[in-house]
Order: sequence, then C-alpha cells, then structure tokens
Amino acid sequence: MSTLATRVRPVRTTGPRVARSEWAKLWSLRSTWITLGLGLLFLVVVGTIAALQYRSSANSGQPMDPDFAGATTYSLALFGVTFSLIAFGVLGVLTAAGEYTTGMIRSTLAAVPKRLPVLWAKAAVYGALAFVTGAAGALLAFVVSSAVLSSTSVAMSLSDAGVLRGLLGVGVYLGLVGVIGVALGSLLRSTAGGISAVVGAFLLVPGLMSLLPKSWRADLTPYLPSNAGESIFALQHSTGSLSAGAGLLVLLGWTALALAGAAYRLKKADA
Amino acid sequence: MIEARQLTKRYGDKTAVDGVDFTVRPGAVTGFLGPNGAGKSTTMRMIIGLDAPTAGTVTVNGRRYAEHSAPLHEVGALLEARSIHPGRSAFDHLMVLAHTHGIGRARVTEVIEMTGLQAVARKRAGAFSLGMGQRLGIAAALLGDPQTIMLDEPVNGLDPEGVLWIRTLLTGLAAEGRTVFVSSHLMSEMALVADHLIVVGRGRVLADTTVQELVLQAGGDTVDVTTDDPAGLRRVLTGPGVEISGRPGSEQLSVTGLPARAIGLAAARHGIALFELTARTVSLEEAFMELTKDSVEYHAANTLVGAA
Repeated sequence: MSTLATRVRPVRTTGPRVARSEWAKLWSLRSTWITLGLGLLFLVVVGTIAALQYRSSANSGQPMDPDFAGATTYSLALFGVTFSLIAFGVLGVLTAAGEYTTGMIRSTLAAVPKRLPVLWAKAAVYGALAFVTGAAGALLAFVVSSAVLSSTSVAMSLSDAGVLRGLLGVGVYLGLVGVIGVALGSLLRSTAGGISAVVGAFLLVPGLMSLLPKSWRADLTPYLPSNAGESIFALQHSTGSLSAGAGLLVLLGWTALALAGAAYRLKKADA
Repeated sequence: MIEARQLTKRYGDKTAVDGVDFTVRPGAVTGFLGPNGAGKSTTMRMIIGLDAPTAGTVTVNGRRYAEHSAPLHEVGALLEARSIHPGRSAFDHLMVLAHTHGIGRARVTEVIEMTGLQAVARKRAGAFSLGMGQRLGIAAALLGDPQTIMLDEPVNGLDPEGVLWIRTLLTGLAAEGRTVFVSSHLMSEMALVADHLIVVGRGRVLADTTVQELVLQAGGDTVDVTTDDPAGLRRVLTGPGVEISGRPGSEQLSVTGLPARAIGLAAARHGIALFELTARTVSLEEAFMELTKDSVEYHAANTLVGAA
C-alpha cells in the first residue's frame, strides 16, 4: 500500500510562505470579516453621523453645540477613529491569542518551529491589512462627510493641505494599533487579557492621567500611545502635542516594545 | 530516526521526563507505552520543540527539529490535545499549514481523501466528532510527506473501523521505510501493530524491547506442573538455567527454563505421575502491568530508604 502517493515537491519554510499562511489564516475565519467590517463601519458611520449632526446644528440658527466648537470637516469625519481603533486592536488580539485559546498554536509551531517568523508574519500581514482598511475607511468617511458639509462654513475637500497625508496617517495609526494588538495577544496568550490591555492602553490610561500632578501630566500625556497616535494624523498641532513625525516615532517605539515582549515569551516559554 | 539522550523535563519540582534514552528506528512501528502521566506526551512535545528540555537532547534525523528547513517533511505529528482552530474548515486548516512549506492544493486534497474526510472537508472543524478530529490530525501529520510519523494516542475516539484503518496505515508507513512512533496506554492495541516497544513509567524508560522479548521477560516461559511427587520431580528437573518454585507441601510447581514437552518426557522417564502440565501464557497486558507495577514499587522503596 502506498500511503503517500504523490511525492511532495521539495518543500522549505521561508518568511514569505509563513506570511502567506498567516494571510490564509485571517481570511478563513468569520471573525476577521466581522471585526474588520465593524472597524470600517465605525469609521464611516460615526463620521457621517457627526457631520449630519453638525449640519443640522449649523442650519438650525441656534447657538452651536459646544462639542462642535472648532470642528472642521476633517475632525468631524474622523470622529469614529477611537471606536474603530477598538475593533482593529481586538482583531489583532484575536489573531494572536486565538492560537493559544484554541490549541492551533501547536499546529502552527510544529510547522514553524523557529517560532519568531510566525510573530513577524502575523504582525506584518495583519498590520498591513489594518493599515489599508483603516486608510480606506478614513478616506471614505472624509468623502462622505465633505459631501454632507459642502454647504457649511467648515467645508473642506480632499485637495486641501495635509488632508490626504492625514487620512493616510489614520491608516498608519490603526495599522500600528493592530500590530500592538497582535503583540499583546501573543504576549498574554489570552483573548480577554489582550483585549483588556488594548482598551486599557488606548482608552483608560489617558483618563487616568488626570490623577497625576499637573506638571507631570503635561510632560507625559503627549507620549501616551493614544496621544502619540492621534498626533500622526492631526491637521493642527497644539503646543502641548507632538508633531506627526515625532508622534509616529513614539508610537513605533511602543509597538517595538510590545513586539519585543511578545517575541521574548514566544521564544522562551513552552507552547 | 528519533534519538533521545538523557532527555529530562521538570515542571517546578515535578519531574515529568527523567533522563530518558531511546532510539526510534526507521522501517518499523515503535510503540511508546506507559500509563497515563508516564511522560509520553511531554516527550513527544519535546521531540517537535513545543516544550524545551530541562536537560538532555532529542534529535530527529540527526538534528534538533527546529533546525530543519522543512520541518513538516521531517516529522508529521498528531498530538493528543486538539491543535486546530474550531472556526476553520478542515480544508482551510490543512491549507494554512501547507502554505508554510509551499505545499500545493493537490496534496491537501490528497490527504483529505486518504483520511476519508471528503464529505466534511468544508465544514467547521469545531463541529467534528472525536474520530473526525483524529482523522484531521492525521491528515495534517501526513501533509508534508514526512520521514517520521509520530502519533500520540491515535486510536482515541475512533470507531472499530477507524482503529483498523489506523493499524493498516501505520504498518503501511513502516513498510515504506518510514519511522513510525505511536504512543498508547493500551498494551493490547500496541501488541497488534508495534514491532518494537518503549515502555515508560514515571518519566523513566522501563523497557526498550520487542513484543516477544517483553512477554518472555515477564515470565512467559513458565510452566505449571502438578505432581504427586514434587520432591522427586524437583530432583529430576534441576539443571543449569532451570528454576523451580513451589510452596512446601503443595503438589504444584512452577518451572522456568524448560519447555512443557521436556518436563513431561523427564517425568515419564522417571515414572513420576503428572496431573497437570500447563505452559503459562502471559498476555502482553499482564507483562505491561508487571513492568509498571515494578516501577511504582521501586519508587516506594526509594522513599523508605530515604526516610531511614
């Protein structure tokens, strides 16, 4: 009896092949479609709602809602970034921590026993996907919002200075949030733990800063992952915040830190 | 070929695998046998690098598993615990693994057919029965056309037809010259497929032997004799390599080192009447129990010495 009829072509693991495998992993799970769809939906729908609210408020002739003070088409369109950030981060966590909670990690590491290529491939593939989806969502949100707001005093178009670069920056921010999600999921090996860590880092820590003495607060706040990330795509930079380039560097630093922790645990600990 | 040298794994102060040495050779089915908790799964996890040894080494075809450029081509492994994402279909699961080695779709289809999963290949693996899950695990193990196949408790959860299929598969793979390493806590199952046996208990190798030898060691060549003249028969049978035991005053003797035929002939020559002459057959199961029981006693005795 010949059990293994076909001779398999000479095989070898390579970085691109591991990345191809991670790509296939992403798209063969329903959770990817759902979560990515939610991330996109938050960006576009929340931005559109904000724009509609602003227009009806501006057209009503009554005093402008204080929430909208200083609003622009750009800022209204990107109202949903914080919400979609959660979806992108959560999917990153699911992608990595899901391997451990299901037992898939044993199959994965049996195929790639050098281990680290799996982490790099996951981070690169999902980071790129989150970047593209995030940038596309931001662009769509801006196009819809500028159509809604074209007749108001805050009307802006894609050709305005910094807009395209900024929308790309949103993609960069969400892509890096995705990578941080992958790193935290891989580091903590728990879906609940990873999601808590992402939500804590991006949503809770900024709120906790008010507990610090005022002088520290001003010095530290711009360097938080969320504040650094927001300065990547901000059109106006206030005195207290980082420039786009500095914000990107700081967020890249946080990402590298999370990845280093994930790599250390992946390499050292039994799977 | 799998070679373990002084392989040791400790979790805190618990030693799961304790200085194990063995070699699994190609062209044969090697059974890895031991009671639950003997360290079989841990050893197998160390072979494919999921767990790092605390001390010692284990190599596959001369190298550590992780050092191979095409690991799935070296060892195909089915582990005891499920190693799939329940949300992924069987086909997608295999495709994901195939991509890491550049293995094509045709090969994936082929292992699906080989394991009889055609009808369910597009269904979510989380809905699989235990038996189908095992088949998917075996399909994944065969995917890379591996030189060495390592299966941890493969017959768990399989129906009789599935068990028979595994047996045929394993002997077929060995006949092709591959190394086949299969663990089980069921001696009876191993007896049917294994050529060679590595028996472990409490993290140590208790026996590294063939099935026949194991039975022999466990007293498979003992003959029970009942006679009206036990003292006379003892005199007649005594010789080099022959051991005779029996309770004083009892008519029954146990003889090792002589076949039943020789005992009967000797008794007839000396006019000694026999009531019973039975070659005692020791089942593999009994031989296994005997071995593992000894290991437990050994540890208990050790504790006593330490206490004194």
